[in-house]
Amino acid sequence: MITALLLFWPALAALVVLLLKGQGAKKVAFVAALVEFAIALFATAGFTPEVTAPQYALDIPWIASAGIGFSIGMDGISLLMVLLTTFLIPLIILSAFKHDYKNPNVFYALILFMQTGLIGVFVSLDAFLFYFFWEVALIPIYFIAAIWGGENRIKVTFKFFVYTIFGSLFMLAAFVYLYFQTPGTHTSNVNAFYQLALDSSSQGWIFWFLFLAFAIKMPVFPFHTWQPDTYTESPAPATMLLSGIMLKMGIYGVLRWLLPVVPLGVSQWDEVVLILSIIGIVYASVIAIRQQDLKRLIAYSSIAHVGLISAGIFTLNEQGLQGGVIQMLSHGINVVGLFFIIDIIYSRTKTREISSLGGITQTTPALSIFFMILLLGSVALPLTNGFVGEFLLLSGVFQFNNYFGAIAGLTIILGAVYMLRMFQGVMFGNKSTHTEGFTDLTFTEMAVLIPLVIMVFWIGLFPNTFLSISEPAVINLLSIIKR
Amino acid sequence: MMNQIPEVIRTVPLEYYLYFSTALFVIGVIGVLTRRNAIVIFMCVELMLNSVNLLLTALSAYRSDPNGQVFVFFIMAVAAAEVCVGLAIIVMIYRNIRSTDVQLLNYLKW
Amino acid sequence: MPEIVMPNNNQEMALLCLLVPLLPLLGFILNGLGNRKLAKGLVSLIGCATVLASFLISIYLFLDFTANGSKPYLVDFYDWISVGTLQIGFSFMIDQLTLLMMLMVTGIGFLIHVYSAGYMSHDENMGKFFAYLNLFLFSMLLLVMGSNYVMMFVGWEGVGLCSYLLIGFWNKNTNYNNAAKKAFIMNRIGDLGFLLGIFLIFITFGSVSYPQVFLEASKVTGIDTPVMIAITLLLFVGAMGKSAQLPLFTWLPDAMAGPTPVSALIHAATMVTAGIYMVLRSNVLYVLAPTTLDVIAVIGLVTALVAATIGLAQNDIKKVLAYSTVSQLGFMFLALGVMAFSSSIFHVLTHAFFKALLFLGAGSVIHAMSNEQDIRSMGGLRKWLPITFITFLIGTLAISGIPPFAGFFSKDELLAHVYEHNKIMWVGGLLASFMTAFYMFRLLFLTFFGKFRGTEEQRHHLHESPASMTFPLIVLAILSTIGGFLGLPAVFGENMHVLQNYLNPIYDFARIANGAALEAPHMDHATEYMLMGISVAVAVVAIIIAYVMYVKKDTVPAPETAKLSPIHNLIYNKYYIDELYDAIIVRPLMAISTAFHRFIDVILVDGIVNGFGKFVMLSGRTLRYAQSGVISFYVLVMVFSIALILFLNFFIG
Repeated sequence: MITALLLFWPALAALVVLLLKGQGAKKVAFVAALVEFAIALFATAGFTPEVTAPQYALDIPWIASAGIGFSIGMDGISLLMVLLTTFLIPLIILSAFKHDYKNPNVFYALILFMQTGLIGVFVSLDAFLFYFFWEVALIPIYFIAAIWGGENRIKVTFKFFVYTIFGSLFMLAAFVYLYFQTPGTHTSNVNAFYQLALDSSSQGWIFWFLFLAFAIKMPVFPFHTWQPDTYTESPAPATMLLSGIMLKMGIYGVLRWLLPVVPLGVSQWDEVVLILSIIGIVYASVIAIRQQDLKRLIAYSSIAHVGLISAGIFTLNEQGLQGGVIQMLSHGINVVGLFFIIDIIYSRTKTREISSLGGITQTTPALSIFFMILLLGSVALPLTNGFVGEFLLLSGVFQFNNYFGAIAGLTIILGAVYMLRMFQGVMFGNKSTHTEGFTDLTFTEMAVLIPLVIMVFWIGLFPNTFLSISEPAVINLLSIIKR
Repeated sequence: MMNQIPEVIRTVPLEYYLYFSTALFVIGVIGVLTRRNAIVIFMCVELMLNSVNLLLTALSAYRSDPNGQVFVFFIMAVAAAEVCVGLAIIVMIYRNIRSTDVQLLNYLKW
Repeated sequence: MPEIVMPNNNQEMALLCLLVPLLPLLGFILNGLGNRKLAKGLVSLIGCATVLASFLISIYLFLDFTANGSKPYLVDFYDWISVGTLQIGFSFMIDQLTLLMMLMVTGIGFLIHVYSAGYMSHDENMGKFFAYLNLFLFSMLLLVMGSNYVMMFVGWEGVGLCSYLLIGFWNKNTNYNNAAKKAFIMNRIGDLGFLLGIFLIFITFGSVSYPQVFLEASKVTGIDTPVMIAITLLLFVGAMGKSAQLPLFTWLPDAMAGPTPVSALIHAATMVTAGIYMVLRSNVLYVLAPTTLDVIAVIGLVTALVAATIGLAQNDIKKVLAYSTVSQLGFMFLALGVMAFSSSIFHVLTHAFFKALLFLGAGSVIHAMSNEQDIRSMGGLRKWLPITFITFLIGTLAISGIPPFAGFFSKDELLAHVYEHNKIMWVGGLLASFMTAFYMFRLLFLTFFGKFRGTEEQRHHLHESPASMTFPLIVLAILSTIGGFLGLPAVFGENMHVLQNYLNPIYDFARIANGAALEAPHMDHATEYMLMGISVAVAVVAIIIAYVMYVKKDTVPAPETAKLSPIHNLIYNKYYIDELYDAIIVRPLMAISTAFHRFIDVILVDGIVNGFGKFVMLSGRTLRYAQSGVISFYVLVMVFSIALILFLNFFIG
């Protein structure tokens, strides 16, 4: 029942928010998101990681005649993703407080609707339900980006929408095919999918159908070109939602619906995926070095980070998978923090061009500290969250193939290059006309950044808190894949 | 009296009905294709419907299956309704463009 | 069989061990949060007191360790990362090497904190400065105390971060920021090697914890197996970055952009010797890979020579010292390469004393000269800065290898081992030490002798530094004088080498793995005396030449604008290595970045994606012409289609 509550509470709250008028909507939305986080914490408190079966499960017939059930529940990986989502959304709502968006009730209601979609993706145990939420999550973000975005928003969001829909149709086709392969009167339950033993050639093409959908969402090179434009044009909260949570849908999809469903397909194509991912790491990092727009720079860095996660989970060893899970959390936290800081800078200087900024650190000790910590998390400095993930991921990739590991490792050099270049350009040097009179963080801004920074160190210092939640689930997943 | 109708129908060989209704149908098709006046086209459509009705009746009589005649009634009912709507549309078109020439009605082009 | 390292369950000891790095961390937090809010006196008090406390605890641990039979022990705090068989504990290992490094780091760290209290007293961000220094000590202590390679890596990256922050401390200056960035990135190149080395260690030995790794390694049969060479080379790449060896050394001279105490602490005494610590810690792995050791020896020697030649022509007081540091680090690696492990750490120790002294002395000079660093504008300063002069002289004598100062013993011992190993390398080492003596005395003479060449204003401002700055100078001068007695050579009697005897147990595993390689060279006393004589003679000759050139003839290095001879020009411009890197790495990378973005990403990859969209649009645009709006045409098409279907159905299908 808790899962259902988690799932429907935001939608319910969204309906209430929709009815409100004026800027009061954001406060209600924020409180609702906090309540959602409290529910998630409550679920975590009662969660037993050692049990590999889905917990808080609920399975009621939905389209009974077709064997499609409303089947939800959480294992360790789902729980971590739900925690990430419920942790970030209140902060994202809070981060939007300083803007006075027009039609605030619609804006915040859409964010909450999106939360239902995201949670749904992470807790669905039925292929069609998963697909349903997968698309549900897309609609609010499309509207947020298309209504409140930048100049090119219509063109860019349209491309984003069509591109992702294009990918998900392949996923739907694969699901339909798999559905008809299930024995008896057909079912789309995840366990039935896991028990399918298809021959390796059909697994081969199903692999690509599913992978396409997930690869576009993550995005993995060369399916990434919607992402920098969309991140740049979207309003800050949408960018945070997209980068912090939505791209994890793709990775989660791989973990839940790709690896265990078509293990033979994976073993045929894992090297190709690893190569694509590793190309993406180096390629996106190299591009990030010369970007002038802060959002675009972080967008490319995000492609690089996700490339490493993708490479890590396709190694199918425990270090790689656990690294992928923990890095999903870390990346979500860091990238949301960085985009928020960019938003702070943008809202004060009206520019995101590195060359027009500089010298901010002279008047903003607090902002400098938070920015530095998030940046260090992002470049994987030990004792911050990024290190744990990157260490495990690289270790996984290195065990898969030494040379792959070495090339993927270039990310730690290139990451330092572009991140430090950005930090130097924005924070150091002399003040420019834009940064004259830059004021330090307000109380609300601190309230967003402090929880993020706490998590940076928590994951960095005590990663086992989270690793131990996902470990049994990951081992179980591996046993299904390797059976 | 009514029972004898099938027998009367059967006095003519089935092939004749087939040829006749085909001929009627083709005349209807050619009419629809070639004529430009909407009312004539409409009449041609009715002709095609009636050719089908004739065929259904004939076959129904030959095979002693009343279903065919039931269909004929359906078709006649639908055709009547269609005439109402169709003629109304044609009247509206005429009021708008002072013509019933279908070649002028290409607003849906591209 | 060496003793297996046992965990120490004594709670109080564990707490004490934890306090050693934690106290500087506390100082970091207090000073960092209190920057510009706390009074300057309080800032320096917090900064110095935490470090002093760490130093005192280290002494206590050292004494306790010796008193309890010198048994190495582990202190476990908690499981940091555990995934499958990869278990990384947050834990410390206390053994002789760790204790030695702890004493050195906290001891010299304390002196430099005291010095900084005077040196940085005019800076508005003094709190930030002390915070960073404390954070550095925290990281450095993690580096030396960690009980596994990942913990070492934690400290390794941590000190890199602090180095970055401190080089760019005055962050309004773009050159300083670039220097900081360069240092961090070059270090990261090395770090990647280190990280890959750790992965390979984990794959090979199934653990990253020192006791397990060393135990497994001591069971390895066969010398020079590819995997051992790979592990050791990868680790050495890390050391190259951190300890500024060729080809990754160019960041260190640039790092002089940081405040002088930083140069002394991080870029001379402690951080840059982390590479030596790492090799020494992994001695069991290195003795199994003699090929790597040869590589290390060659790189060390070449670095020593290259840096020394560049040092001959530099005019910035700190740059000269920086190149001298690179050169001395080269010596230490040369020693590691010939398996003179203890000599290497001995040189690390003496070098920490005298190089910290020299840097602090230079800082005192710069302080007095109102931030002037060019030795061409100095001269005759001994009149105004007597204490600085005397201590600087001691440091210079020590680095030049004049007995009985510290540098003599360590360098002489080091060269003796090299002599045993390879005579040609010995000649190279001798040449480098000749140059060292020359450029150091050139520096000394140009700074402190002759006439003052600066402006009137500077002359007016000249003054001896305050006591907080001279006190560390005096302490370090004493250490530079007597530090060498820790390792008296065998000619003065057996077992006089205190340091070597103390460190002996850390090679136990290496002895099992490859005992033959570790046999100490047996040198007869005559050779030993001869080698000593030669090194001293070389140094003295160099000093005399420098004296003749810069005191007798009063030569002053040519100003910036003068035309130089080609060779002079080459070394003055540091062999154009920075320009070379710029041309073959930085510029191409930038060009590739632009090309990837403009052409591949926007045109090719996105072009294909947009191409799909365009294809659909184009198809629609073409097919719409079928939508003529002529109803009879539609009907005609329909009729033909039906006819076609019927035809196909009856006559083909």
